[in-house]
Amino acid sequence: MRGTKQQQQHELQRQQAQKPMNGLREVLWMASVATCIKMLLMPTYHSTDFEVHRHWLALTASLPLNQWYIDETSPWTLDYPPFFAWFEYVLSFFARIVDPVIVDLTRGLKYDAASAVYFQRGSVMCSDLLLFLGTWRFCRNFPLKLQILSYLAIFFSPGLLMVDHIHFQYNGFLLGVLLLSVSYLKEGNDLTGGIMFAILLCFKHLFAIAAPVYFVYLLRHYCHDLARFLKLGFSVMLVILTAFGPFLYYGQIAQVLRRLFPFGRGLCHAYWAPNFWALYNAVDKMLSYLLRMLGFDVVMEKAAMTGGLVGDSKAHAILPQITPGLSMFLVLLSMSPCLIKIWRKPRRDNLLICVVYAYTCGYIFGWHVHEKASLHFVIPLVLAAVDSVKVAKEYYFVSIVSYYSLFPLLFEPREYPVKMIFLVLHSTAMWYGFAINFAPQTQTSVKESELKERNGCMSLCIKKKMFIAGLVGLEIYVQLIHHLVFEERLPFLPLMLISVYCSIGLMYAWLKQLSFVIEL
Amino acid sequence: MEITLHTPVQEWYVNTTNNDLSYWGLDYPPLTAYQSFFHGLVLDRFEPESVALHTSRGYETPSSKRLMRWTVLTSDAIIFFPAVFAFSMAFHHQRRFDESAWAFAVILLQPALILIDHGHFQYNCISLGLTLGAVASICLHRDYLASVLFCLALNHKQMSAYYAPAFFAYLFGKSIRKKNPIFEVMKLGVAVIGTFLLCWWPFLHSRTAEAVLLRLAPLQRGIFEDYVANFWCASSLVVKWKQIFPNTVLAYLALFATLVSFLPSVVQQIRSPSHRGFLLSLFNSSLSFYLFSYQVHEKSILLPLIPASLLILEDFSLYRGMILCAMFSMFPLLRRDGLVVPYIATFALHLLLLNVPFLEKSLSHVKERQHPSLKYMSDGLLFTGCLIDLLYLLIEPPPRYPFLFEALNSLLVFICLVLIGLHSHIQQWSATSTHEQIDADKVKMN
Repeated sequence: MRGTKQQQQHELQRQQAQKPMNGLREVLWMASVATCIKMLLMPTYHSTDFEVHRHWLALTASLPLNQWYIDETSPWTLDYPPFFAWFEYVLSFFARIVDPVIVDLTRGLKYDAASAVYFQRGSVMCSDLLLFLGTWRFCRNFPLKLQILSYLAIFFSPGLLMVDHIHFQYNGFLLGVLLLSVSYLKEGNDLTGGIMFAILLCFKHLFAIAAPVYFVYLLRHYCHDLARFLKLGFSVMLVILTAFGPFLYYGQIAQVLRRLFPFGRGLCHAYWAPNFWALYNAVDKMLSYLLRMLGFDVVMEKAAMTGGLVGDSKAHAILPQITPGLSMFLVLLSMSPCLIKIWRKPRRDNLLICVVYAYTCGYIFGWHVHEKASLHFVIPLVLAAVDSVKVAKEYYFVSIVSYYSLFPLLFEPREYPVKMIFLVLHSTAMWYGFAINFAPQTQTSVKESELKERNGCMSLCIKKKMFIAGLVGLEIYVQLIHHLVFEERLPFLPLMLISVYCSIGLMYAWLKQLSFVIEL
Repeated sequence: MEITLHTPVQEWYVNTTNNDLSYWGLDYPPLTAYQSFFHGLVLDRFEPESVALHTSRGYETPSSKRLMRWTVLTSDAIIFFPAVFAFSMAFHHQRRFDESAWAFAVILLQPALILIDHGHFQYNCISLGLTLGAVASICLHRDYLASVLFCLALNHKQMSAYYAPAFFAYLFGKSIRKKNPIFEVMKLGVAVIGTFLLCWWPFLHSRTAEAVLLRLAPLQRGIFEDYVANFWCASSLVVKWKQIFPNTVLAYLALFATLVSFLPSVVQQIRSPSHRGFLLSLFNSSLSFYLFSYQVHEKSILLPLIPASLLILEDFSLYRGMILCAMFSMFPLLRRDGLVVPYIATFALHLLLLNVPFLEKSLSHVKERQHPSLKYMSDGLLFTGCLIDLLYLLIEPPPRYPFLFEALNSLLVFICLVLIGLHSHIQQWSATSTHEQIDADKVKMN
C-alpha cells in the first residue's frame, strides 16, 4: 500500500518536473528581488574596473574596428576577446543616448558622474538576465524545492553581488552563458553546447581552462564518426572566425594575442589570490626571513612578485622561480585525472563536476590569477550540490571561504556592513536550505539505490567548523587587533594572512574535488 | 546634538547667543532632546568636530554621516525591532507560523519607514517603536505599561498625539467596565502624569516649559506646506483657505474638523473596547489627524501606515491600499532628496514581499478575504500612481502650473485615503460580537 502511494508521489513529482515552464514564476520572483537589491547597491564603491569598462564603451564607440586593439589613449587597454568588445559596442549606443560624455574618448576619461554610474550599473543588471536564463534552463527539470535552492544560491550569491554589482564587473552574464552551454550538454545537445562554449571563449578567454574537458568529452561523446567531428570542428571554427576574422584581415592577430595574454605580469596579483602560489610565496618569505635571521645573506625583493614585470627581478628569494609555462603545466597535470575519467566514461552526469574541477585547477595553479576567478567554480558547483549531500557539504565550505576571500576587494568602511550581512545571511539561508532538503524524510525525489549514496543529512565535520571559526577570528584580528598591536607597521600582514588562510581552505577544496572526480 | 551637548538644559528651547532657534532649533519634545544628547556623546567621542558648538553647522564628512546613520540604525534595532517582535507575539500568537512570520517581515520591512528614517534621516523609529510597545502591552493586558510607553512616545514626538484618541478611548472604555471605574481612571492618570513629570522635570524647574510648548506648536507655518495629501491641501484647489482666513482661525477650524472625524471611532471604542477595534481605532484616529489637522507634513503618513500594517492579517486590502497611498504620497519628497532609485527598489521589494509565490498556499485565506472594492481601488491607484510618477520624472510641467504633478499626486492619494478611511470606519463599527464578548469576559475576570 505504502509502496504504491510513494510511487504515485514520485510519478507526480516527475510529471511536474517535466513541464517546460516549471518554476518560471519562482525564477521571475527571485530575479526581481535580486534586481531590486542590486538597485540599492548602485551608489556603492566601484573600482577602477568601472573606468575600464567605461573606456571600452568609448573606445568601441569612437574608433573603427582596426583601432580597437591598438589604441592607447588610456592605460586600460582592451584585453578581452572581440565578442566582448562587440558587447561594449552595442551598449555604447544606449550610453550615448543617456549621456554622450560617457562614450567620449578624451572627455570621458575617469568620468564617473551619476549618469555613467547608473548606466553602467544598469547594464550589469540587465546582462544578468543571461545568468537567470542559464540557471533556469539548467534547473528547470529539478523538483521545485531544488530549483528555489539553486536560484537562492546563484541569484543572491554574495560573490556575484560583491564583484559584479559593487566592485564592478560583468561576470554574471558570462557565467550564464557557461551554464547555458552546460545545460545543453546535459540534455544531450552536444553541438549547441560546444558552440555556446566557443562563443563564451570569444567573450572571455579565461574560460578556456575548461576547454580540454569540453574537447575530450565532445570527442568521446559526440564525435562517433568523422562527419560529426567535422561538423563540430567547422561550427567552432566558424565562431572563432566570426570573432577574430576581422582582425586576421587587418593583420592584427599578433597584437590581439599580445593584449589577451599579458604574460609580462607577475605570478600573483597585488593581493595574492588564495591559491597554491600564495602558499608558495608565503613559504618563500618565511624561509627567507628565517635564513636571514640565521645569518645567511639573502637577497630579498620587496613585493617583487606583485609588480608588473617578471624576468628581470627575482620574484622568489629561496624557492625556485615559477614561469608561466610551469604554471600551465601544473594546471594541465592537475586536470589530467579528470580528462582521463571523461575519456573513459563520457557520461552526461559527470560533466558538470569535471568542468567545475577544471576551473578549480586553473584557479589553484594558474598564472596571475585574480581572486574573482573563484566565482567560476563556486557558482556552477552549487548546481551539482543540490542533489548530493556530499557535494553540498563541500560546496558550502568552499563558498564561505571563497566569498570571504573576496572581502579585501571592498575595503571602504561604508561597504563593510553590507558585505558582512550578505555573507552571513546567504550562508545561513543556504545552510537551512540544504538541511531541509537533505533531511531524511523529505528525500522523495530519488530512487532507493541512489538514496543510499546521497543519504545523510547536512552537517559539517569538526575540521571544517573549526576552519570557519578561524575565519571569524581572522576577521576580528584583521579589523581590530592588528591596528591595536602594530599600528601602522606591517601593513601587508592582514592581507597576506587572509590570502594564506583562505588558500589552505581552497587547496583542501581542490583535493576534495579531485577525490570526487576519481570516484566518478 | 550640538545644542544639547554644549548648552545647559534650560537653554535648549530658548533663543540665546549659543542657541539660535532659527537654525533648525529643537521642535520636538524633551525625549528627543535627551536622545540627541546621548547620540551627541557618541559622536563627540569619535568625531568632535561634527558636534562642536557653532563651528559644526553644515559639517558633513563621510565618517560623520556614517556615524549619524549608525545612530538611527541602532535606535531602530534597539527600540523598533523588539517592539514589532513583542507585538507579533502578543497579537499573532494564535496564527500559523507562516502567516505570523510573513506579517512580521512586512511590518519590519516597511519601505516608507526605511526611506524616511534611513534615507531622509529622522528618528521616527523611536517614537513609533515606543508606540508599538504600548500597543503590544495593550494586547497583553498590561495597561499601565502601555500608558507609560505611549507617554514616552508622546514625549519623543508630538505627532504621536495622532494616536492619543484611540489610546484614550480604549483605556477609558475598559476602565468604566471595571468594578471601580473612577479609581481605575485615576490610576491611569497617575501613570500618565508621572511619566510626563519625569520627562519634563528639568524644564519645570526652570520654568522654561512654556518655551518648549511654543516650539512644539509652530502655528506660524501655516495650515499646510508643499503638497500633502490631506483635506486642506486638496480642497484648497477650490477654496483658497490661506487667503480667506488667518492662521489662528484655520487652527481652530482644523481642530474642529479633526475632532469631528475621530469622534466616531472613539465612541465605538468606549462603547465596546476590543483589541481589533483598538487597532482599527488607532488607524482611524491617525488617519483623521492626517487628513484634517493643522500643519501636517508628508512624513506623517507613517502614522496611519503603521496601524494598517499591524492589521495586515486581519484586513489585507486595507494595508495594500494604505501602503500604495503612503509610497505615492511620499514620492515628491523623496525625489527632492535624490532618493528615487532607493524608492523604486524598496517599493518594488515590498510589493514582491506581499506576493511571494512560495507562500501562496499559506496566505491564500488572508488574500481571499480582501474586499473587492478596495482591491480594485488599490489596483487603479497602483497604475495611476506609477503613471504620474513616471511623468513627474520624465516630463517638465507646463510653466503655468509648475506643481501640476505634485498636485495631481496628492489629490489622487487624498481620494484613496478618504475611501480607505470610510472602509475602516465601517470595519470598526461592525466589529464582531465575538471580539467584544472575549474582551468583556476578560475585563470581568479582572
